[in-house]
Amino acid sequence: MSILITPETKILIQGITGEFGARHTKLSLDYGTKVVAGVTPGKGGQFFEHGTHRVPIFNSVADAAKATGATVSAIFVPPPFAGDAILECVDAGLDLAVAITEGIPIRDMIRVKRAMAGKPTRLVGPNCPGLVTPGTGKDSFGGCRIGIAPGYIHKKGHVGVVSRSGTLTYEAVFQLTSKNIGQTTCVGIGGDPVNGTSHLDVIKMFNDDPETHGIIMIGEIGGNAEVEAARWIKANCKKPVAGFIAGATAPAGRRMGHAGAIVGGAEDTAAAKIAVFKECGIEVAVTPSDMADALLRAAKAKGVTLS
Amino acid sequence: MNIHEYQAKALFEKFGVPVPKGAAAKSAAEFATALATLPDGPTMVKSQIHAGGRGKGTFTDGFKGGVKFCKTKADAQEIAGKMLNNTLVTIQTGPAGRKVQTIYFTVASDIKKEYYLAILLDRASSKPVIVASTEGGVEIEKVAHDTPEKIHKVVIDPAYGIADFQIRDLIAKLGLTGAEAKNAAKLIRNLYTMYWETDAAMIEVNPLITTPTGDVLALDAKVSFDSNALYRHPEIVALRDLNEEDPKEIEASKYSLSYIALDGNIACLVNGAGLAMSTMDIIQHYGGTPANFLDVGGGASKDQVVAAFKIILGDPNVKGILVNIFGGIMDCNVIAQGIVEAVKEVGLKLPLVVRLEGNNVVAGKATLAASGLTLVSGDTMADAAQKIVKLVA
Repeated sequence: MSILITPETKILIQGITGEFGARHTKLSLDYGTKVVAGVTPGKGGQFFEHGTHRVPIFNSVADAAKATGATVSAIFVPPPFAGDAILECVDAGLDLAVAITEGIPIRDMIRVKRAMAGKPTRLVGPNCPGLVTPGTGKDSFGGCRIGIAPGYIHKKGHVGVVSRSGTLTYEAVFQLTSKNIGQTTCVGIGGDPVNGTSHLDVIKMFNDDPETHGIIMIGEIGGNAEVEAARWIKANCKKPVAGFIAGATAPAGRRMGHAGAIVGGAEDTAAAKIAVFKECGIEVAVTPSDMADALLRAAKAKGVTLS
Repeated sequence: MNIHEYQAKALFEKFGVPVPKGAAAKSAAEFATALATLPDGPTMVKSQIHAGGRGKGTFTDGFKGGVKFCKTKADAQEIAGKMLNNTLVTIQTGPAGRKVQTIYFTVASDIKKEYYLAILLDRASSKPVIVASTEGGVEIEKVAHDTPEKIHKVVIDPAYGIADFQIRDLIAKLGLTGAEAKNAAKLIRNLYTMYWETDAAMIEVNPLITTPTGDVLALDAKVSFDSNALYRHPEIVALRDLNEEDPKEIEASKYSLSYIALDGNIACLVNGAGLAMSTMDIIQHYGGTPANFLDVGGGASKDQVVAAFKIILGDPNVKGILVNIFGGIMDCNVIAQGIVEAVKEVGLKLPLVVRLEGNNVVAGKATLAASGLTLVSGDTMADAAQKIVKLVA
């Protein structure tokens, strides 16, 4: 098994007719992902065509879900409308909304998150690369790719990856695949300070997933989400976990690209987070080149086979 | 986005948050006009820069104090002359300091007691939080560390906004009663309205003061805004002061590049914020020092790469460049062509190490090899970082 999505998951794309959404819809279709619907208000009844694929477009998420059985949405709509797009998924009762959009105002996300409290829909993101559950075909073809990650670098297997950063996730996945170690699911939770799914949420799912034998957790400066997850791991997770924190050299008070990556106090520096990782039995990757090796060390220490 | 104290206080007044009467001046010629709007008597002279620690700062000519109390307006005018166009160094400016281009004069208030008040995002709950303390006018980090019981926090439910009972509770914890309590309640409510309606990232009032006559005033004001929300606040964008920003960072923002200048000598050019941060880290890990943070984003074009090279080379401290690209969707060959073009255009004389990985990497490496450029290729991040550190040493 995998977490959150499987190769059978039916997905819809909000913003399928925009340049960004269209480009990544094509890549997901090429990867073998079951993209069953698109949503663009005012373009209902049209089709999104790519090769032999003909994806119907609907005016609303509710219409698309009802007609096609889609349970997950990938959101590519521009920032001013993205908060509303997420709420539309909640209203339609989808299982999962994945917000790829970068640059959503924090106030919008505060409201969205409050509105989602107690509702069954889960949000991943915003400002995230999305999720990949690799398939069994060549270059992991046949998997479920939601978002903007490169599908071909993956390989089906037993390692779970969770990260705030896109390219750093790809770096970790590439290292794993190069060592012939596959992945169950790779989750990019996004670099914003207000997001739907935390490191801890994903870690709990990996811990419960029997197919996942080991976990790589990649974090950044800012906030205390990684620390929260590390403490939970110490108390509850028996699986080998490797961790990496980016931003050891970032000066305090400067936002490093991601809205959430900013050192505000003594607790959210890279050094403080790394110290907690070590204290919680997480094998720390010394450099970003060491992520897969760190997990191998952790697995060896626990006598766990990753491949 | 940050704004100056005098701009923040104008917004405070607009939202009904009382501040001492004040006036700003951008040239010596404006001093008299500004001071004429204030009553005679004790006056504060405040340097306007986007950095804290002004009061304890020192100007590069030796003059001490970026915020001064003056007994008379005449004194204030003289002191302002010493601050204007002078460079102020504080704990937050770095050794280069900031040139003071605006002076803010305010009435010197009678202070009964100083407090601390701030509104910001509580990341743990994803809700706004009000932070207040009876210990104002001092460093709040120190208060939080030494006497955490003196820091009071109220998390606001964004669905309903700030509730009266929450304000009453907070005011009781601050020990305010009578007219002070009534005035503080109004101030806190109005400040929260401003935080919410302007998409502020943070509002900090340190100190908030009570006066012998029962007034409650914001004596200082530090306000920053969520840059993602600026598109719906043209009136706030108009407050941006480009003099307070690094010219290289302004240039980078024109090309949608995320650039931050640092003190080291190895420049880096990377795609993705997390990878860019960790590229800086790995340079340091192998004994070098990063000159910048530079994220070219997920879909960098050739023009962006050329612009990025020009910005990097505009920093005289740079002694070498490390390019680290993980082309997931991005075509490595496009990046390689961008590098070749950029180097031809800017005439690179510094060592350059390039690590390319991912989509179409073979073609990308071939483009670099065929270009005749003297560059060093790195296989992994670790390999590339070690090579550039060695070349620069």
